[in-house]
Amino acid sequence: MTLLEAKNISIGFPSRHGMFVAVKDVSFNVQPGEILGVVGESGAGKSTVGNAIIALLEPPGEIIAGEVWFKGKRIDNLPEEEKRSMRGRHIGMIFQDPQTSLDPLKTIKQQLVETIDVHLRLGRKGSEKRAIELLEKVGIPDPELRINHYPHQFSGGMRQRVVIALALCGEPELIIADEPTTALDVSVQKQILDLMRKLCIETNVGMILVTHDMGVIAEVTDRVAVMYNSKLMEIGPTSQILSNPQHEYTKSLISAIPRPDKRIDRFPLVSYIEQIIEPEQAFNIKEHWLGQAQEYTMPVADDGTILQVKDLCMRFQISNSLFKSKRRYLDAVKGANFTIKEGETFGIVGESGSGKSTIARMVTGLYTPYSGSVNFLGKEISAINHTPEVLAYRRQMQMVFQDPFSSLNSRMRVMSIVAEPIMFHKLAQSREEAEQIVLDLLKLVGMSDDAYAKYPHQFSGGQRQRISIARALATRPRFLICDEPTSALDVSVQAQILNLLKDLQQELNLSMLFISHDLPVIRQMCDRVAVMQFGAILEQADTEQLFQNPQHQYTQHLLSLMPKLDMLPGRGLS
Amino acid sequence: MADSYSKKSNSKLKQFFAGDLWYDFHHSPVALLSFSISVLCLLLALTAQLIAPFDIFDLAAIDLMDADLPPPWAGEEGDSRFFLGTDDQGRDIWSGILYGAQISIFVGFTSVIISAIIGIALGLLAGYKGGRIDSFIMRVADIQLSFPAILIALLIDGVMRGLLPREMHDELAVYVLIFAISISGWVQYARTIRGSVMVEKNKEYVQAGQVIGLPSHIIALRHILPNVLNPIFVIGTIHLASAIITEATLSYLGVGMSPTTPSLGTLIRIGNEYLLSGEWWITLFPGAALVILVLSVNIFGDWLRDALNPKLR
Repeated sequence: MTLLEAKNISIGFPSRHGMFVAVKDVSFNVQPGEILGVVGESGAGKSTVGNAIIALLEPPGEIIAGEVWFKGKRIDNLPEEEKRSMRGRHIGMIFQDPQTSLDPLKTIKQQLVETIDVHLRLGRKGSEKRAIELLEKVGIPDPELRINHYPHQFSGGMRQRVVIALALCGEPELIIADEPTTALDVSVQKQILDLMRKLCIETNVGMILVTHDMGVIAEVTDRVAVMYNSKLMEIGPTSQILSNPQHEYTKSLISAIPRPDKRIDRFPLVSYIEQIIEPEQAFNIKEHWLGQAQEYTMPVADDGTILQVKDLCMRFQISNSLFKSKRRYLDAVKGANFTIKEGETFGIVGESGSGKSTIARMVTGLYTPYSGSVNFLGKEISAINHTPEVLAYRRQMQMVFQDPFSSLNSRMRVMSIVAEPIMFHKLAQSREEAEQIVLDLLKLVGMSDDAYAKYPHQFSGGQRQRISIARALATRPRFLICDEPTSALDVSVQAQILNLLKDLQQELNLSMLFISHDLPVIRQMCDRVAVMQFGAILEQADTEQLFQNPQHQYTQHLLSLMPKLDMLPGRGLS
Repeated sequence: MADSYSKKSNSKLKQFFAGDLWYDFHHSPVALLSFSISVLCLLLALTAQLIAPFDIFDLAAIDLMDADLPPPWAGEEGDSRFFLGTDDQGRDIWSGILYGAQISIFVGFTSVIISAIIGIALGLLAGYKGGRIDSFIMRVADIQLSFPAILIALLIDGVMRGLLPREMHDELAVYVLIFAISISGWVQYARTIRGSVMVEKNKEYVQAGQVIGLPSHIIALRHILPNVLNPIFVIGTIHLASAIITEATLSYLGVGMSPTTPSLGTLIRIGNEYLLSGEWWITLFPGAALVILVLSVNIFGDWLRDALNPKLR
């Protein structure tokens, strides 16, 4: 029997500008024991579908057309009270962020027992017994002991297991999981996905897994629905959709996923998605202002070394005290050593908390190192200071940040944002010249002609990241630090931005420090890679060598966790 | 390019009228009503010289024979020239209210602006620099918060009066008042700004500025400041109401404006002495004017706070 059936549902959000339709005419069904993936990029409407089924649409959102049937009963038109009793008891929900989906002031026991008692009326003793069983089922060791702990005493992955246990409390027949592993590291992600797969098989629960990540889809789903721009593009068995996509959108989406298995020169261009302007060569870069950056007053060392990092350490104070012995510290980076040669891209890869961003911030001078040295173009630079001499070196080094939504000042126009570094470093003779340079820079990063007069909020994430890159280039740097430049972006946009970075590197002979948690991206972008864990560099090698013949155990482990997309077209193991 | 820059102010105005705030405003009867009453009070007060039937500062125009007349519609002795009656010296109450409101509003606005400037500067400094400067400024703020604002204002007022020569008291009373109220009000601006600055300064656009090499005063003033100013309008509006009340309280207590240049608070105090002998109009009408003014400003401020808070939308 079909567990859930959505028939031609449309979801709208009435506003004063008229009805905003977030989901248009979407139909699908879920069978017991099956995992249906809903995949799409941001704004595709995938989360809205999940929320609508469990009747948790944010007001004033509503289902404006279509029907939802659950076990042969229509549920979208039930009164609010009955919808509420469906939630948890028949349909469970797992949210994205385990940090915020548990009540920090209650123990796990209080939260589980309360939920079980509400739904199953087992009484105190019975509920408690059931809670321990559930914790055991989701793979939490020592459940009798752990049940009395508070959420903050669990790690991210363990907390997500607790959230899953919480969703199982009412013994629901259907679970909706909205990006359940997005906030987790790859190694934990794998465990959680395996657990969800196991639970679905064992308890015959149906699941709707909403995600943006094709790797997750490939890993656990039986069938997949691809959404784009509020509409369902196609739906079918996962292996079939991944290996033989029918719809143009699905094809280009799959082609944009960075390949983990071999290095290719450029990402295939993703058509079909947001208007892209391929940066056209409008001017000869060698003769342009940008090309004249290499005033070789600061020559690169003979062996081509542009940046040398020696025994770099960073220590954060995590609790202060009058007494020295009582102060506690966290060693975020423990003795990092590496060198970067001119024109090279050096990658640092690691899970969250491994200290990779801290290294980037020490190199740029945002943090003052606890000990060790950063040598750039033969000059020792450590903390940000503003003596003109150090400033001249600093200018040669710029950074592209992770979050395009906070890295641009929302109160400034694009023109002022990009012109500011030029004017500040007096790299142009006049305001007019600087403005002309800004227009050229914006063209170079593929922005349309009228972009300069707008504010950042008028652009999408990918466009903002382009502006951010233009700003970084505005000081004519020779060295670019990219800290997770694409991890906040959709796959299709990621491909464009990575292509752009590659092009710019070639044209301007940039050296790059590229930081990412994403191994396939690292493989596509970097010449050499360092692997970090707990603040230490475990292994560094040429990219190809590292991927083919990892030495350190942790590297081998990380590589084994890469999403297996072997079934993708033309991606058989080579 | 040049023309797009000249259009700047124009498009900002357009943005405002297309924005949610304007929409909420002209769809909220409470906001419309409180705003129009506030503006009406403001206009009446500002044009007192033009619309008041009598000049209360002109001693020649005051006739003691007209003293203590009730409003003409409430008593038989009333004179139709004084439709809200007269006070003990024969001054027209309605004109008194207009002139008094002018002084009250002037004191209120000026002290709000001065408090805001002091508070924003100190809050920005504390939030951006952190460390000892932050601790020092915030401890001073804490100490000041542990005294009621009115007490601080009384204290400053007393000290100033002690320092200034006696004959200048009346002349400088209004500036002393403004100074006292401003000093007692900067703390909430400083705290709000400090909190927002501490959030903003960890955002990546600030780090981008640091990587570019911008010195900290440019980052603080050009990048952070414009991003933390929104709550100031809300605090400012609500503070305006409380500044007017503080002024009235001080004047009522006799440490503010003198009876020769009366503010609303002074008028209420003068009338208070006659309340028990049956001359209720001398204190009731200035009191009612004060309530209407403060209430409308306050309600508007409350609405503004809710409208600008995304969590309540």
